[in-house]
Amino acid sequence: MAAAEEASRPFAGLSDVSISEDIPVEGDISVPLGPSTRRDEEFSTLDEPVKETILRDLRAVGNKFIHVLYPKRSTALLRDWDLWGPLLLCVTLALLLQGGAADSDDQGGPQFAEVFVIIWFGSIIITLNSKLLGGTISFFQSLCVLGYCILPLTVAMAVCRIVLVGGSGTVSFAVRLVVVTASFGWSTFASTAFLADNQPPDRKALVVYPVFLFYFVIGWMILTFSPSQ
Amino acid sequence: MASTNDPFQFQEFEEAGNLLEANRDATTINIEEDDIKPDKQRKAASFTPDGDDEDPLASDDKTELLSGPKKSVPFWTFEYYQRFFDIETHHVKERIIGSVLPWPGKNYIHVHLHRNPDLYGPFWICTTLVFAIAISGNISNFLVHLGKPNYKYTPEFRKVTIAATAIFTYAWFVPLALWGFLLWRNNKIMNLVSYSFMEIVCVYGYSLAIYIPAVVLWIIPFEWLRWCSIVVALFLSGSVLVMTFWPAVRDDHPKVIIAVLSAITVLNILLAVGCKAYFFSKPEAVLPAAATEVTKAPSST
Repeated sequence: MAAAEEASRPFAGLSDVSISEDIPVEGDISVPLGPSTRRDEEFSTLDEPVKETILRDLRAVGNKFIHVLYPKRSTALLRDWDLWGPLLLCVTLALLLQGGAADSDDQGGPQFAEVFVIIWFGSIIITLNSKLLGGTISFFQSLCVLGYCILPLTVAMAVCRIVLVGGSGTVSFAVRLVVVTASFGWSTFASTAFLADNQPPDRKALVVYPVFLFYFVIGWMILTFSPSQ
Repeated sequence: MASTNDPFQFQEFEEAGNLLEANRDATTINIEEDDIKPDKQRKAASFTPDGDDEDPLASDDKTELLSGPKKSVPFWTFEYYQRFFDIETHHVKERIIGSVLPWPGKNYIHVHLHRNPDLYGPFWICTTLVFAIAISGNISNFLVHLGKPNYKYTPEFRKVTIAATAIFTYAWFVPLALWGFLLWRNNKIMNLVSYSFMEIVCVYGYSLAIYIPAVVLWIIPFEWLRWCSIVVALFLSGSVLVMTFWPAVRDDHPKVIIAVLSAITVLNILLAVGCKAYFFSKPEAVLPAAATEVTKAPSST
């Protein structure tokens, strides 16, 4: 008897809440504050022109580019992730790295697939590493941040190709070295500004080191790129 | 206890030898039981025969008690792998320094790992070493050929793949073979010290840490400097490995001891010298080459 009472006790609070008969239980569950306008907004994407849809996404991507260029520890890059920007940057970088020296030879620079694999698998491994170390960031958020933070390096690659048109002497190498070093520092700084806060304080260095290595290797690929003559 | 006391009282002189035998059996059974018990018990059992490992024991006890018992989770879950990344920055620093500066008589696994082997260090040390070898090999190749008229710089990106294959093979398959071998010997000969697979992987991974500065030194195209750094690195990483695996094979046949320790050393030397020979071209070998062959030099070295 006592046991039965004990068992029923957790629900004692619930039993007090009696739903009176005259309130209908059915109906639609919606927040009364302006649900109609929200729904209209969502539905309106169906009949908007395709151009607007694409432009809206592009604007979101561009917005994130600006966040990478001015890393100020905001969470906008983390809140709604997308992988369009990383894909765009990765393909651009891989295409710019094509046409390198001795392309037919095995000893040449990285091929398109190699760049692609290094960037994606590299960011996946870094993400797994930070998750295994106890990070609170979600998998795709981290991929998104790492992908977007390649932006400075992609810009450096574009600059390097322009410099290489002028010639490939010592001066050109010095300019490329400076540009690549600066963008490598920028990438590392930007990504750690977004990622390091989500880690336990004792493990920040352990998370930052792989990120550093990742951008260092990408920076190395950009710096050693030399066009075929 | 009562059963061993009974023969002791009544058959004092007749079966003294048997009694000794029985006692010996009793101790071995005890050790076996201890081996089955996880963590603390096993640790204490494996520590007692080593007198020189007394120092870390005092500090170990506290950490061991604080860390609490480990849960056993199946290997397909994320938590299983999280165990191997349960380290902090200062642990990694201590482990790297411990592997770079081996101390005579200190067992790396007992002093530094505290029954908590990690995969972070081995994985990222191997990855760093792969890129360090590929990049510094490329730079040294460039420095050797600097000023040659027919030389055209290439990034030699394929070296990354080859270096990755060589180093990850060494860091995973050698521990696997060693672990299997020690397991087999442990069945034959009662051994007080036994290592888990992850501990062996961890020691091998951290023992590669000394090669990273050595490889960076190899950029400078002086053969004597390269050989000096190779010898130093080999000595340091080899002594860590030998001192770690010495207690595990100590009670074995002398032939087996020599075979295991020399295999460990030879594989280590093979990795270091092989990397040096493949990724870093010798200045002497290239200098007398004809100008037309200089362009082909990177593919032949």
